[in-house]
Amino acid sequence: MRHLLSTEGIDPAQATAILDTAANLKRALLGREVRKLPTLRGRTVITMFYENSTRTRVSFEIAGKWMSADVVNVSAGGSSVGKGESLRDTALTLAAAGADCVIVRHPASGAAHRLAGWLREAGTSVVNAGDGMHEHPTQALLDAATLRERLGEDLTGRRVAIVGDVLHSRVARSNVHLLTALGAEVTLVAPPTLLPAGVADWPVSVSHDLDAELPSHDAVMLLRVQAERMHGGFFPSSREYSIAYGLNERRLGLLPEHAVVLHPGPMLRGMEIASAVADSPRAAITDQVRNGVHVRMAVLYHLLAHEEESS
Amino acid sequence: MAPRQRGATDPAGERELLSAGDVARTVARMAHQIIEKTALDAPSAPEVVLMGIPSRGAPLARRLAARIAEFSGVEVAVGTLDVTLYRDDLRRGPTRPLEATSLPEGGVDDRLVVLVDDVLFSGRTVRAALDALRDHGRPRSVQLAVLVDRGHRELPIRADYVGKNVPTARSEDVAVLLEEFDGRDGVVLR
Repeated sequence: MRHLLSTEGIDPAQATAILDTAANLKRALLGREVRKLPTLRGRTVITMFYENSTRTRVSFEIAGKWMSADVVNVSAGGSSVGKGESLRDTALTLAAAGADCVIVRHPASGAAHRLAGWLREAGTSVVNAGDGMHEHPTQALLDAATLRERLGEDLTGRRVAIVGDVLHSRVARSNVHLLTALGAEVTLVAPPTLLPAGVADWPVSVSHDLDAELPSHDAVMLLRVQAERMHGGFFPSSREYSIAYGLNERRLGLLPEHAVVLHPGPMLRGMEIASAVADSPRAAITDQVRNGVHVRMAVLYHLLAHEEESS
Repeated sequence: MAPRQRGATDPAGERELLSAGDVARTVARMAHQIIEKTALDAPSAPEVVLMGIPSRGAPLARRLAARIAEFSGVEVAVGTLDVTLYRDDLRRGPTRPLEATSLPEGGVDDRLVVLVDDVLFSGRTVRAALDALRDHGRPRSVQLAVLVDRGHRELPIRADYVGKNVPTARSEDVAVLLEEFDGRDGVVLR
C-alpha cells in the first residue's frame, strides 16, 4: 500500500490486514513498560493540519512516535501557509525536506488525492486525515476495529446504524464504504435535509425513524452536528433535533443487549447523545480513541515497512 | 500417507531429513537437555519460561513444555514472542503480517527465558527476538533452542539446544513441518 486516501473501493483483504495488524499491535503493547517499537526508526512522518483537530492529530503523532518514526507537526497557523503558500508548494517543500509520509487534514474535499498526485515522483506516502466532507479513512478503520472487539472479528451481516448529520460527515462516508466492504449492513438514519443528494446510489438503507431502527441493529454510530459547515436551516432547533435523533436513555433501552454505541467525537452532550448514554458501558467512545492509536500505527506500518513499490 | 525413505528425494524435489518419529524423539531429547542444563527441577531452580517465536516456534515451545512436564514434573511457563516489528529486513519485501505475542503470567523479569524457533539460519530472527525481549523486561538469562541448525550465520549467535545440525547450501530451503500448520510432522530439504 502506498497511500491511504479513502475507503471507497478498498480491498476487503487489505482492510482486514490493517485491522489484524492493529489488533496484534494492541496485544503486543498491552501491559508493557516500554511502549515503543523500533519498526520505523529513521523514517520521517509529517502531519499537516489545515483544520482544527485534537484527537486525530495527537493520535497520529503518538502512533508515529510509538513506532519510533520522527514526527513533525505542521499547522496552517504557524507555517508559511499563513504567508500565502499553496498546498502544492508546502507539500513539495515537506517532501524535499525528507518526509516519508505526509498526513494531511484539509477543509477541501479531495485535497489528499491532489497531494498524492503531486508527491508521486517524491515517493512520499499520503494519509488522508480528513478532507472536507469527503472521507476520513482512519476514523472508519478505528470504528471497525472497535466493532470487531465488541461484536467479534467477522462483521459480515452485522447491522450498523449511522445517525445524524450524514450530509456534512466524512466519517459517515468512510464508514459506509469500509463497513460494507467488510460485509456489514449500514442504515443511515437522518432527517432528509441532512442526507446527501446521491444517497440513493450508496450501498445502504435509509430511514428517518430512529426508534424503529434501534431494535434491529448491532451498533449505533452517532455523528456530531457540524454547525460550522451549516449555512442555513437544516432543522428547526437543536432541541427538536435532539428529540428526533438524539440517543437518550429511553432509546438505549430499545437497542439489543449486546449493541455498541459509537461516536467519533468531539461529542455534543445533550444534542446527539445524552450524557448518561455517553458514559454508559455500552458506549465504546474511549475504546475508539485508544484503538485510534493502534489503527494509525498499523496504517503507518502498512505504508512504510515494506520495499519500495514501483508505481 | 506411505512412509518415505529417509534421505530419498521425492518427485517434488524434497528430501526428508527428519520423519515424524524423528521430530518427536528430537523434541524429547531437547526437553531432557533443557531439564539438565537449567536444572529446573532442582530446589533452587530458576524459573524457566519457554518463548516460542511464531509461527512454528510457538507450537514447538508448547511441545517442549509438555515433554519437560512429563519428564521432570515441572510445569514451565510458555509464551509466544512475535519479532516482526524488530526485524531489520522489513524494507526488503512485501508487508509482513504480524503474529500474536503473549507473555506468560508474571512476565519475563528475573526468569530464565529459553527462546524456541524451528530453524536457525542467519541469526537475524534471534537478534530481533533479543531486542523484543528487552522491551518486555529483564530476564535473568536467555538461551536458545532450535529444532534445526542449518548454518550460514551472519551474526555472532549460537544455540544452546540443537535438535539436528544440517549442512546446507545457501540456496536450499529447510522446512520444518508441524501437524498444527502442515498436517504432518517432519523436516524436509527443498
